[in-house]
Amino acid sequence: MKKTFGDKVIDAIIVFIMCIVVIIMLYPMWNTLVISFNDALDSIKGGIYFWPRKWTLYNYQSIFKTDKIFRAFLISVARTLLTTVLNVFFSGLLAYVLSHKNFVFRKHLTVFMVMTMYINAGLIPQYFLYRSLGLINKFWVYILPSLVGAFNVIVIRTYINSLPASLVESAKIDGAGELRIYCSIIIPMCLPVLATVALWVAVGAWNSWFDSYIFAPKQELSTLQYEMMKIIASSMQMGIKQPDYLTESQTSRNTVTPNSLRAAMTIVATVPILVVYPFLQKYFVTINIGSVKE
Amino acid sequence: MATSKTVSKKEFWKLARKQKSLILISIPFFIYFFIFNYLPLWGLTLAFQNYKPYHKFWEQEWVGLLHFKNLFTDPDFYRVMRNTIGMSLINLALGFITAIIFALLLNELTGNLYHFKRVVQTISYMPHFLSWIIVCGLVSNILSMDDGILNEILLRSGLIKEKIHFLGKPEYFWWIVGFTNVWKSMGWNSIIYLAAITSIDPCLYEAAAIDGYGRFGRMWHVTLPGIKSTIIVLLIMNAGWILNAGFEMQYILGSNGLVLDVSETIDIFVLKRGFGRSGGFSFGTAAGMFKTVVSTIILLLCNKIAALLDEERLV
Repeated sequence: MKKTFGDKVIDAIIVFIMCIVVIIMLYPMWNTLVISFNDALDSIKGGIYFWPRKWTLYNYQSIFKTDKIFRAFLISVARTLLTTVLNVFFSGLLAYVLSHKNFVFRKHLTVFMVMTMYINAGLIPQYFLYRSLGLINKFWVYILPSLVGAFNVIVIRTYINSLPASLVESAKIDGAGELRIYCSIIIPMCLPVLATVALWVAVGAWNSWFDSYIFAPKQELSTLQYEMMKIIASSMQMGIKQPDYLTESQTSRNTVTPNSLRAAMTIVATVPILVVYPFLQKYFVTINIGSVKE
Repeated sequence: MATSKTVSKKEFWKLARKQKSLILISIPFFIYFFIFNYLPLWGLTLAFQNYKPYHKFWEQEWVGLLHFKNLFTDPDFYRVMRNTIGMSLINLALGFITAIIFALLLNELTGNLYHFKRVVQTISYMPHFLSWIIVCGLVSNILSMDDGILNEILLRSGLIKEKIHFLGKPEYFWWIVGFTNVWKSMGWNSIIYLAAITSIDPCLYEAAAIDGYGRFGRMWHVTLPGIKSTIIVLLIMNAGWILNAGFEMQYILGSNGLVLDVSETIDIFVLKRGFGRSGGFSFGTAAGMFKTVVSTIILLLCNKIAALLDEERLV
């Protein structure tokens, strides 16, 4: 259909609305970025909207100079990498097992797994379980509870079932074991779906703070998001003690304020996600639609 | 699958022997799910006891439904239920309307505006990937009394005379949560509507154009009816989450003490009662159990209805 003048007017209106939407989506992040690069004392005066007034890298330096935050950053990275690799590997493995249509325990295992999506004992029984497993205040409390995800398994299995069966069969004839087939045939063929699941798991692991708060409150195991939570909470006067690196740094010559430190930390906590996600976007849109429609 | 029923015992063992390695691989998964998902169910017995730490299981005092009785007579319980359901409904309504409108408008960007559409879409997904902590930080920056941009804009445009302490006013809190949810998930939620729109028969648009409908007419009479069933199914499915109004935002932004009355949800109630007071484990477990049970029933019911409607649509 050819666009008439009226159509062009409507297009212009929609483009205008969309520009406003884009500004609303981006501005909070942009403003935070600007504040993170602006001198902390200068920021207090306000009026910084689109561009830093007094450039500085000091806010970032003070983050990575502070042992506690640097350590939290490392814990976050380690936790995210480990959880993602293990979860993708095990979810894929289980998906592969369940993709065998004549597997004798297929139905039992599927029901046993799908039920976990609905049953949830709640926070306190969970805490008691982790305590009796000796996981409280251990690094493994971040990893072990999320080794397999039922939803991920279903998504990967759907994908495996859509692959030609002949490949697996020919590998079997060649005498390959199940694990071998999984590692050298299924994984390479399922890369798009595994990348999608990896993104979900990684974002979840990177973003979570609640398990630190409840199950691993020890400072050495703190994650970046949990440190952020403490900073934000203290600025909201939640009765949580202000993290001491804030009070320490306020007495030093170069000053950081909770606001500018928070801004810099927000950027540090966001950048890894924003860096990976455009690369994976082409996968997750199609997968997302496919799995919902099923 | 017909196999599990029709296969005789002999055949079962024959098959099982052939599938040794599959069985071997699946055993750890059975054990894993059992430990991490089924074993905690045992902990629900706490709700029927007066749990005391340092007592063995068999030494605990059984109190029957006492904690549930306490729960239902607790005025705080009704307050948090009101907050949970209130915020859920606002999130549901706002989330639906904005995602649908956004999808409809995006869909209108065709021809040489296609690339613009892709850019807008990509940007609109972004907040979905940010953590609630970060979102809370951003919200408190924007709404801040000192240098928040919203106060600045309202002040300069003359809409208000003096700055508003948005996060300290109970009457705004639910709406702040609602609009933040919109900000975070509008783009992501619109994906499914855009997908549904692509399955509408293009002939319908041509027919509508011949009938004299303009752009908005076509949107209203073709696109919207075309995705109506998707909307209804999703609405029903999401209604199942009515007791999950969210947790993080309410916990962090509500914690300044000024808006506690309207910010505490059932999840916060469980957390505060369970861990906050000594001997609260049992009461907290009971409250958590109430939420899980009711929520599961609603969820299954809503999914069932949605599935039925979906079936009808396909036929």
